[in-house]
Amino acid sequence: MTHHRRTSATKAVASTLVIGLTTLGLAACGGSGDDGDGGDDGGGSTASSPEGVDDGSTLTMWTRAPLEKQANLLVDAYNASHENQVDLTIVPNDDYVAKVGAAAGSDGLPDLFAADIVYVPNWVQQGLFQDITGNIDGLDYADTINQGHLDAGTYEDAEYVLPFVLDVSMMFYNKDLYEQAGLDPEQGPTTLEEFGEQAKAVDEIGGGVDGTFFGGNCGGCLVFTWFPSIWAADEDVMNAEGTESLLASDTAKDVYAVYKDLVDSDAVGAGTRDETGATWVAPFQEGKVGVMPYPATLLSTADETIDVGVVPIPGPGGGGSTFVGGDGIGVSKDSEQSDQAWNFLQWMMSEEAQVDVLAKDGNVVSRSDLTDNEYAAADPRVQLINETAAEGRTPVALNFQQAFNAPSSPWLTLVRNAVFEDGSSIDADNEEITAILSQ
Amino acid sequence: MSVQLPLSSVATAAGTPPPSARRRRRPGRHHALSGWAYAAPTALFVLVLFVLPVLLVGQMSASDWPLLSGNQGVNFPDNFRDAVDNRFFWDSVVFTIKYTVIATVLLIGLGLGLALLVQESTHWKSFLRTAVLVPSALGLASASLLFYALYSPQVGPISPFLERLGIVDGPVSFLGSPDGALWSTVFLVVWRFAGFYMLLLMVGLQGIPHEVYEAARMDGASRWQTFSRVTLPLLRPSLALCTILCVTGSLLAFDQFYILTKGGPDNSTITVVQLIYNVAFQGQNDLGVAAALSIIVLGALVLINIAQIRGMRAPEEK
Repeated sequence: MTHHRRTSATKAVASTLVIGLTTLGLAACGGSGDDGDGGDDGGGSTASSPEGVDDGSTLTMWTRAPLEKQANLLVDAYNASHENQVDLTIVPNDDYVAKVGAAAGSDGLPDLFAADIVYVPNWVQQGLFQDITGNIDGLDYADTINQGHLDAGTYEDAEYVLPFVLDVSMMFYNKDLYEQAGLDPEQGPTTLEEFGEQAKAVDEIGGGVDGTFFGGNCGGCLVFTWFPSIWAADEDVMNAEGTESLLASDTAKDVYAVYKDLVDSDAVGAGTRDETGATWVAPFQEGKVGVMPYPATLLSTADETIDVGVVPIPGPGGGGSTFVGGDGIGVSKDSEQSDQAWNFLQWMMSEEAQVDVLAKDGNVVSRSDLTDNEYAAADPRVQLINETAAEGRTPVALNFQQAFNAPSSPWLTLVRNAVFEDGSSIDADNEEITAILSQ
Repeated sequence: MSVQLPLSSVATAAGTPPPSARRRRRPGRHHALSGWAYAAPTALFVLVLFVLPVLLVGQMSASDWPLLSGNQGVNFPDNFRDAVDNRFFWDSVVFTIKYTVIATVLLIGLGLGLALLVQESTHWKSFLRTAVLVPSALGLASASLLFYALYSPQVGPISPFLERLGIVDGPVSFLGSPDGALWSTVFLVVWRFAGFYMLLLMVGLQGIPHEVYEAARMDGASRWQTFSRVTLPLLRPSLALCTILCVTGSLLAFDQFYILTKGGPDNSTITVVQLIYNVAFQGQNDLGVAAALSIIVLGALVLINIAQIRGMRAPEEK
């Protein structure tokens, strides 16, 4: 009996350990082995020629799903016109950081990879990209490249990242619904207060139509769509170092108040409160939403189903700004083909790629000297987006993801308390953001 | 280890009177060698897939180990302090325990009820059994996605259906409030797993000899008496197995919450494993603290399961 008892107890411990391993696996899969200085033989800053090397090599490249369309357009055009071939992998948005992290730990990063521009400062500092300062300085048009993206990818005076795709936020409105609501379809909101009034007017139509919509449980969406309203009033969201949050300013509180008013008067779409970001662009595209801040990269997609009007995102009392988001791209620390990878990057910045590939599809160009291109001229909305993008801002902070984008971020807590609750805890919640930013 | 156990039990169970001690030892040594040979593949498996990862996690938990830059040297015991100081640590522990209690009570209760129902019914037996078991064929992640769509305020059919029936006035936001999110997830888990526990308990029920019931009937036992004095005690091993599986599974809940709620709304549904994932990959990107959390969870699981096994042991074994 004693013998039997002991073995069953040992067995139990053993099986428990095996079950417990399931949790450990989670943490363990993130990284293994040393800290990966293997591939960093620093070829970047000493490129052989300004064009890099086009010798038929195969380059691997990763990007995240939201920019799939633009990435495919660029890669297909490059592969068709070059000896080098880029092998593109699209990774779901939520898994991207984990995948890059695991690869960085095991020296398995692809030759080229794009990163959400708000994560770039952190990733550059962690040494995931090769220094390409020399290459960038060699470009004739270096001073026309979008400054927000370049700044995000600069660490200790060395440049690591070029803009891959610019994704800016603009106020989109549905012209048909504006007409039905008795509003002028050629006149979008010029102040945030007007935005609120127009949203309420559209909401009056009823029948499944809502005034506006936003990702109420999606920190990244809220950063992208609400920060511009604060910038439009010429205020900032953080201090210059990105270590202190200024999101409890009077302007910021005015912005929250406009949205809270819309929530309280039920002019927002069903599910706004729960929207985690997976489907936040869908209701507008289905023609069920009057007016909302929207990603400009989706202009051509939205155009397929509805008649879209575009204006800059206004602030309280007027003004207009935009969040210059999207992805930056660089040569990874593990790449042994940095000259070939640079060939792709310099082609990507060329007029051919910027205008004939990106602008042709209705995208924003990353060079200020190309904003007046033939495709933009054909569509005044694209021209407006290009002009606004040049004035927009890109917030830079090392702990941006943890403070703003993470599902349990203090920014999300602040917004939800300010808009869905009574809004009395904005100052305390703002200090929580600063606590994370200053770590 | 698992190979050795049957060998030793065979030796005791054979029950042949031991010859002299000396004569036994010789073939014993030979047996021991072949025993080790038999055990070697399993031992290797355990070593490579269990012992080494645990040691790695142990090392991580004592090191400063950011996700993107790898091992930066020893950092003990700061990781453990940071893990416990995390602003969601205690919330997640409390929520995980709450979820585990609810899920276990519902799943075991419902599983047992269904097993008895299927056992008793004659006509619909196979249909019922199949109907309840079918959801178990669906992966938990796929099931979660299915329910995400069903619960969705924009495309989900459940809310309009309830409205049409007149049960509710406006659109229902299933995942919009902390309680709603918890119970919506519990409903998914019950739907997905009830059939599985029914099956396990049915096997247990079928293992109870018919004669015992006959004897109970002859003694004039009522239905309730038969259930509480005969069925339940004889079902104890199956119930113990189910409880341990269910408690362990619920304490490690991740997929369903990751897909349905992402820990929201307002951070009310963060389970311990989700916290580990968040610390490792969603912002803090600190594998050291995540590993420290994993070690804490591992320790807690070992203790909880030892306690469970002790508590579930049949009275005569005590």
